[in-house]
Amino acid sequence: MKAYVSVFRLRLVNGLQYRSAALAGLATQFFWGFILIMVFEAFYSQALVTQPISLPQLITYVWLQQAFLSLIMLWFRDNELFQLITSGNIAYELCRPTGIYGFWYAKLLAQRLASAMLRCFPVILIAAFLPQPYRLSMPVDAVTALLFVITLILGLFIIISISMLIYISTFVTMSAAGSLLMFSVIGEFLAGMIIPVPLMPDWLQAIVNVLPFRLTADFPFRVYSGHISTSEALKIIPLQLLWLTVLVALGKYTMGKALRRVVVQGG
Amino acid sequence: MRLFGKYLLILFKSQMQYRTSFWLLSFGQFFIPFSVFAGLYFMFERFGQIRGWDFYEVALVFSVIHMAFALSECFARGFDMFSSLVINGEFDRLLVRPRNTVLQVLGSKFEFTRIGRLLQSVLVLAWAVSQIHMDWTFAKIVTLILMIMSGVFIFTGIFILMATMCFWTIQGLEISSIFTDGGREMAQYPLNIYQKWVTRFFTYVIPFGCVNYLPLMYILDRTEGSPVLYMLSPLAGCVFIIPCLLLWRFGVRHYRSTGS
Amino acid sequence: MITVSGISKSFKVAKRTSGVRSAVKALFRREYTEVEALNDISFSIAPGEIVGYIGPNGAGKSTTIKVMSGILVPDQGTCSIMGYTPWLDRVAYVKNIGVVFGQRSQLWWDVPVIDSFELLRDIYDVPEEEYRSNLKLLTETLDLEDIIRTPVRQLSLGQRMRCEIAASLLHSPSILFLDEPTIGLDAVSKIAVRKFITRINKEKGVTVILTTHDMNDIEALAHRILLIGKGKLLFDGNLNTLRDQYVEDSAASIPTIEEIIVRMYKEYQIT
Repeated sequence: MKAYVSVFRLRLVNGLQYRSAALAGLATQFFWGFILIMVFEAFYSQALVTQPISLPQLITYVWLQQAFLSLIMLWFRDNELFQLITSGNIAYELCRPTGIYGFWYAKLLAQRLASAMLRCFPVILIAAFLPQPYRLSMPVDAVTALLFVITLILGLFIIISISMLIYISTFVTMSAAGSLLMFSVIGEFLAGMIIPVPLMPDWLQAIVNVLPFRLTADFPFRVYSGHISTSEALKIIPLQLLWLTVLVALGKYTMGKALRRVVVQGG
Repeated sequence: MRLFGKYLLILFKSQMQYRTSFWLLSFGQFFIPFSVFAGLYFMFERFGQIRGWDFYEVALVFSVIHMAFALSECFARGFDMFSSLVINGEFDRLLVRPRNTVLQVLGSKFEFTRIGRLLQSVLVLAWAVSQIHMDWTFAKIVTLILMIMSGVFIFTGIFILMATMCFWTIQGLEISSIFTDGGREMAQYPLNIYQKWVTRFFTYVIPFGCVNYLPLMYILDRTEGSPVLYMLSPLAGCVFIIPCLLLWRFGVRHYRSTGS
Repeated sequence: MITVSGISKSFKVAKRTSGVRSAVKALFRREYTEVEALNDISFSIAPGEIVGYIGPNGAGKSTTIKVMSGILVPDQGTCSIMGYTPWLDRVAYVKNIGVVFGQRSQLWWDVPVIDSFELLRDIYDVPEEEYRSNLKLLTETLDLEDIIRTPVRQLSLGQRMRCEIAASLLHSPSILFLDEPTIGLDAVSKIAVRKFITRINKEKGVTVILTTHDMNDIEALAHRILLIGKGKLLFDGNLNTLRDQYVEDSAASIPTIEEIIVRMYKEYQIT
């Protein structure tokens, strides 16, 4: 456990060292947020029928996306892990006293948390004080806020389980790029990162709803904005837990298999 | 120019050493804008139009911008990846060679995998052109080509500006994505859908408006007054690269006095 | 040939600290320290000399090389090499020099060596005839015949270094800068590299300036050494003079050159 905390600390210190990087990241996030909001604004401005999600809710959705980007994007690349796998140095990792799945999981978690720490507070703080209509609205009540935190954390666990599967797949393909790139492009589309899930056509929403991707980003954000009601959210949380169990089990199983192969090959 | 060709050749040979990875990456490059385009399509399916522009008109802009972006990423990748050249000291190597630094940096890297993105935008362009109801005159075709060229110059100019920043700091380079990726995302819609200040900034400071708005008005016969100005506006985009090159020279001089 | 006089150069370095608290502090205020890399360095080198440039890590060796090869502009001082001021007429000047950075490659990693050579020919605008005869000479003397069609990534370090040296001599420069040319090489390759350097120096009259940490390089090649420490030039002279200077106080045995250098470092307190 201590090891994970120190990974987190190290990352945080590292992130703080690069102050211009932090500022640049912030500026980038706001730029993206504004562009997305303006495009939605333009679309909404002449829409004749009522849309499935209101513009203020959508704006909140966009800001939350920007604030928690490092928690929700699929492609949070750790080159160190990739190199470990492709160079065969994984053998050293096997000598460590901790379980390898748990260790990597914690490492990825720590990295994302550290990077989110640096970003989310300033983004939320500034976005909450922007002039209307760009303001980030607050959750309607304490229950909603609590539910948001819970669903976001569960979503984070799910996304890490998914990215663990990506890393494990490199054992087989031995290439970090290419297919993985596609994996993340499709995954992020299905998580509502390109266009929000409620605005997708019905047939696509049907597909998205059975996959785990939207549970990582789209779901918590809609809980926050009140687009998904408290009672409904309570029904979906067990689904998050179910997916989490399935993904972790799958990850552990495939990792065990992959590691056995490494050992057989002689590392 | 001949030397540029040689650089192309040698890097193409290098890339071909890793054929599988090349194809996989090209494939991925095809899909990234594809997912964005799919998003665009779904938005139009729901809303029908955006401030008076219909789907095919926006698709035309989308394809022009993505094509320009793909081309500049392919050929000006050396500037895009310049920070690594500075960090590992390779830039010193370029300075002990009797050639212009701009040419050498351009020649240091080509990203041929962008063929995927290029192909995707060609397909979208063909689709958009075939669906827009209007007569294509010679002048309009020239304007279209000018739009793409102008886009290439603007993106390359931005890459050069960002590379110049590396001479002072290699931190905070993430901000460059505002102008490259961000510029691309933003310019895939006609500029007038945005707030005034955005439109102004991206017309007078970084002249994307000369690529995706003014000439588009001409192509779609929406101009008022003399069409020639609209037609030639992409040339203003090309001019953008001149101050970028001047700043680059200033940056090189700074590098040589600090060595950082 | 080469006259360097009064060159000084200093850098600003940001202070880095550890710990979360000081990292937060550094977010707002950052402290710099001025580091003097070169302090009033002067020397001159005649055509056809081989000069060994030595000193501990961080003494300012590569800064000097950078100034002399036109990469870096010094704060003060003048430097005239073959009539050029390196940092003023960069493009014209660098046609006359060859530079080998021992730790970095100038060859294209994934293509056969010969392709890199041809590209360099175009970069330096070497006339075809001159290129041919240089290439022939270099392949023969450096024994490149068998490896010239192999991609660089498949070469051993020794083979690669031989190719690197050949690459920087294709345009027949009159001055060759070698920055740690024998780093990481095995004994056979080291000796091959040394022999070759002596040979082009004798036959083509190329002036060679090399930095190294391997004192055997110096012993085998350089008649003259320049010792630099903390940005100052501490010793300029003949290897034998140096040896005589230190030999008397060791009665027991004749010290190796390595020992002499260690003593010098101690004397000047630069380690």
